Amino acid sequence: MILRLSSIIRKEFIQILRDPRTLAIILVIPIMQLFLLGYAATTDIKNVPLGVWDQSRSPQSRELLDAFRSANYFNIAYEVGSQDEEQSLIEEGKVRGVLIIPPDYALHISEGDAQVSMILDGSDATAGSTALSAAQLIGQAYSTQVMSDQAALSGRSTTIKPPVDVRTQVWYNPDLVSAYFMIPGVIGMILYAIASILTATTIVRERERGTIEQLIVTPIRAWELVVGKILPYVIVSFLDTFEVLIIGHWWFGIPIRGSLGLILLTSGLLLLSSLGIGLLASTIANTQQEAYLTVWLTLLPSIFLSGFFFPLEAMPFFLQAVAYAIPLRYYLIIIRALLIKGVGISAIQNEVIALTIFGVVIMGLAAMRFRKRLD
Amino acid sequence: MSDSDYFIDAINLVRYFGETSAVDGVSIQIKPGEIYGLVGSDGAGKTTTIRLLCGALKVDSGNAVICGYDVITQTENARSQLGYLSQRFSLYEDLTVLENIRFFAEVRGMKPNEWLPRCMEILEFVGLANFKDRRTGQLSGGMKQKLGLASALVTRPSVLLLDEPTTGVDPVTRQDFWQLLIKLVSAPLHLPPNSTQSYLGGVSRPKAVGEGGGVAVLISTPYMDEAARCNRVGFMRHGKIIAEGTPSELRTMLKDRILELSGAPIKQLRHIAQKDEDVEDVRAFGDRLHLRVRGDKAQVVIDRLPSEIRSEGAELNRLRSIPAQLEDVFIYLSEQSYE
Repeated sequence: MILRLSSIIRKEFIQILRDPRTLAIILVIPIMQLFLLGYAATTDIKNVPLGVWDQSRSPQSRELLDAFRSANYFNIAYEVGSQDEEQSLIEEGKVRGVLIIPPDYALHISEGDAQVSMILDGSDATAGSTALSAAQLIGQAYSTQVMSDQAALSGRSTTIKPPVDVRTQVWYNPDLVSAYFMIPGVIGMILYAIASILTATTIVRERERGTIEQLIVTPIRAWELVVGKILPYVIVSFLDTFEVLIIGHWWFGIPIRGSLGLILLTSGLLLLSSLGIGLLASTIANTQQEAYLTVWLTLLPSIFLSGFFFPLEAMPFFLQAVAYAIPLRYYLIIIRALLIKGVGISAIQNEVIALTIFGVVIMGLAAMRFRKRLD
Repeated sequence: MSDSDYFIDAINLVRYFGETSAVDGVSIQIKPGEIYGLVGSDGAGKTTTIRLLCGALKVDSGNAVICGYDVITQTENARSQLGYLSQRFSLYEDLTVLENIRFFAEVRGMKPNEWLPRCMEILEFVGLANFKDRRTGQLSGGMKQKLGLASALVTRPSVLLLDEPTTGVDPVTRQDFWQLLIKLVSAPLHLPPNSTQSYLGGVSRPKAVGEGGGVAVLISTPYMDEAARCNRVGFMRHGKIIAEGTPSELRTMLKDRILELSGAPIKQLRHIAQKDEDVEDVRAFGDRLHLRVRGDKAQVVIDRLPSEIRSEGAELNRLRSIPAQLEDVFIYLSEQSYE
């Protein structure tokens, strides 16, 4: 039995190493996903290009601009001289917003009723809303400072305090870097998508190329065939997980605060589901292409509804309910909690139980459907 | 010979695909040392029969026993006695010749210290030893078939199921292939797996259980010259074996009913022969015609046809009664089942 298993595993590894397409899926796609999602799929709004129409041109207006510059949210990219110029810059997308400082700004600020206006490009809602709140925050902070300065000058109290002071503390991810959200997700994606696609195609490939016929008539038992064929992909998936963890940690600075053993255990539980999905697809599909499409059919909704891109809480109630049927949902909660929060098993036990049930059920269904026969 | 002495013992196999019956009550018994040829036109049910015998497809009813093991209830035991070569090449094209043989040797239970000498011996036997490190995808069609045979033989099976192994292979390779088969059947393979004796050298060996000598071979083929080399032949039509016997027994079915006609122009001769009331069928065999006549009418036709031919202005070289060939029988049987 051990001999039969090991010879299937060895054969599978030889085939993986000799197939450029599989190698590319295994080696390149995780890194590509990691860098694409680590960098590009970020919701961190920084260095938004801003145009400035400074009609005041006073020391006071320059002070306000310095406040905008130092906040890092905006990059003052253009000096605007007219309304037409302002409009064309926004239309061409060269700036996301324009700050207009009126000519009488210096005069009014000393009287305490200065107004500036901010035109924002709302066509990108995410960038627009972040820029809006950033601009408001900068404005508020600056006005508080101006009031304090004026109070000091007039010899009144040295500090002005707002009536309510909300002191925020951001735990786990103080800079709110969105890579902290995305990169643990990439690990889940790899374990989920790559493992299921590779499992489905490796089994269907045997059928497509006719080699299954020769395998069938050997004394290999059905479970030995399944285990022997998917075990190499379990190993490959774990290697990919380590690859993403290492690059995520050293390159993107993602912390690994939880126990590595727990990360591996829960990743193994997710693999049960994804290998099961792959195996199930292989019992339905006759060609590799069919297998690929069948797996993608289940993967696409999983990716969008699992909380991979968008927080679960942001989804409508109905979709949140659907998401309970997606194993990846539980794993993403687990892996984010393990990596970023460093929690122990008790904090994630419900998700671990759900993931186990899904794994056993999906794998069980797939094993029941898998036949070592041609019919 | 008792039933248990058959290496292949299939009774009344039935298999449907939807509403269509692909195999309809096939029974086949094959003794060790016997080559059984399964012939029939495409879609007759040959491949399905072979797949039922190796358990690749499940029977709807009937029973198949391989070397005493029931294919349905003792599948893996039955399979351990089998070597199977499917119609379509079914080894791994991305593995080398040796890697393929090794894989199939190991999954059939051969230990690490056994497989290499055995694989080399088998590759030597089929003439592929010099190509052992070549990727299988780079082999010619004939070489692939030999490799298929080698991998089916590597564990010295008692039963060989070969599904059209020579289809699409050049005549020389076909000859080689048959030489290998005949050698195999005459030099049995049933040494215990750990034996170091060469089965190709014809050394004395202990007999396996139920062994009468040699391997039992079931081969399906579309070629009648190959069928003629088998010990017994079964003709399949519409999922049934409609005739079975040794090649000579089958040929006697058309004893004194085949006439050979040669002359010119062949097209006109054919036309004239077809008009004769006692001629059932006319077929071209090279530059001659084979006429199948009604029973006891051979002499009548031999007497009547020459004057017909001359009166139509055609030239007659020879008209004589000849022994039937298997192909004549095959055509006859095919038409019978249509009627």
